[in-house]
Amino acid sequence: MTPQVLGTLVRRHGDFDAAEDAVQEALLAAALHWPRDGVPQKPRGWLIQTAERRLIDQLRSEQSRRSRESLALLQEAPTQEVSDQDDTLIVLFMCCHPALTAASAIALTLRAVGGLTTAEIANAFLVDEATMAQRISRAKQRIKASGVPFRMPTREEQTARLRTVLHVLYLIFNEGYASSTGGELQRTELSDEAIRLTRMVQRMLPDDGEVAGLLALMLLIDARRPARTDPAGELIPLAEQDRTLWDRALITEGVALINRAIGNGAVGEYQLQAAIAAVHDRAPRADDTDWPQILALYGLLEQMTGNPVVTLNRAVAAAMAEGPSAGLALLDAVGERLAGHYRLDAVRAHLLEMAGDTKGALAHYRAAATRTTSLPEQRYLAAQAARLNLEATGDDASRLRR
Amino acid sequence: MTRYMLVGNLDGGVVEKPMEEWKPEEITAHLDYYKALRKELISSGERVQAEVLAGPDLAKIVTSDGLTAPVVTDGPFQEFKEWLAGYQIVDVESEARAIEIAAKLSAVPGPGGVAIQQPIQVRQVMDQAPSNVAEMEGFLQQVGGEH
Repeated sequence: MTPQVLGTLVRRHGDFDAAEDAVQEALLAAALHWPRDGVPQKPRGWLIQTAERRLIDQLRSEQSRRSRESLALLQEAPTQEVSDQDDTLIVLFMCCHPALTAASAIALTLRAVGGLTTAEIANAFLVDEATMAQRISRAKQRIKASGVPFRMPTREEQTARLRTVLHVLYLIFNEGYASSTGGELQRTELSDEAIRLTRMVQRMLPDDGEVAGLLALMLLIDARRPARTDPAGELIPLAEQDRTLWDRALITEGVALINRAIGNGAVGEYQLQAAIAAVHDRAPRADDTDWPQILALYGLLEQMTGNPVVTLNRAVAAAMAEGPSAGLALLDAVGERLAGHYRLDAVRAHLLEMAGDTKGALAHYRAAATRTTSLPEQRYLAAQAARLNLEATGDDASRLRR
Repeated sequence: MTRYMLVGNLDGGVVEKPMEEWKPEEITAHLDYYKALRKELISSGERVQAEVLAGPDLAKIVTSDGLTAPVVTDGPFQEFKEWLAGYQIVDVESEARAIEIAAKLSAVPGPGGVAIQQPIQVRQVMDQAPSNVAEMEGFLQQVGGEH
């Protein structure tokens, strides 16, 4: 309810920062009054009215203090009624403002649209509450300073802004992705929140292929969450995951979404990624994976993005579809652009191992493990190196015995 | 955003003179510089944590085999200059920004207002999450168990 109250106020009065303060005060008032007097018949109306009164008081007192600026803003009553959904969407589009860095847009979105408290957001991002409060307030100041009015963007603006909105939602999902073990539960909530918000955007823009693509991607990836880490929190690669643990309902929904989207208009990045995730999710066993199709999809994605990391995935798909030497040849082609990137070493190690070159694989797993900045990846890569080391020294021992 | 730990040892950089021998106004200028930097990082929302450590005279070195009583000895076992003096953790947009902050730390003024040029280590804090979901999913595909 809070984003809708906030949205209404900001639409009417234009001041995001002041509106948020007023909503906070109204919520506080509700916490005091409702338990005593009972919940009003129209709680949202009550909140809007209370918050609006505070906001006007606040704006007036500022006005008399500064004795400038006209009251025009306050008198400009909304002419047409806008739905609550639209209000929430306005707030979301506002939070994903081009003047903001991704980190600020994420924090602001979670605060204003996601309804998380500053403490919860701070907790999820492992910084203290004061730091996060500072980030959020700076983000609001930036929006204010940018002078872009707070209103539903025009159709053209919407198209441009939507890309940022989707990116921010994707990043929020991303933040919650890796952790599924106790103690880091707050972070998993971020994935849930990202899915909830993306669902909302999808309901409002049901014909947009990329919105559907992003939602499908999130659902198809999230479906694997129960199988992705072992009880100790260690990563389990896709091929070794227990697929019976995957969430069937999410997969069904995601596959249906992506099938509908991909036949409908221009194909985008999120749709392609979702289509790839769908191919994996549809295979009952890793051996049943349709690698030629994945290879073709990565080819399209590579053309669209030019991202060398996509090429790494294509190399793995090529190795699976056509044998390790096809994959290794692709790696040689992309090597220059990714020199020193641990992910290149990780893939090379994997493909060399497939090709039977244990020694080469070991060296590249080691190199990858020393360069990654992700703890779960590092543990995984170091374990691979240790396993190959054992095999290699074991081989030496058996040769010596011979 | 990426977290970096900026670490300084008890290494005075180009300054040999111990702080007790600085002029009072030089000490004030030195501390004011840190204070201003601290304020800047708090207001930019980049400061996560900062601590200054008590001197090595109070340090204890603990070793244990996990079975018998731990062995606790006094330091220092290393050169004074090699002891950790303090650290701060910043959460920033880029490595370039972390380096910029480290450079400011290093350039804190000493006697005569000259930058002391203390060496600052810039160490990235390991992430629990991947930098990117698609990359991590890719990773899980890439390293996948054809063993």
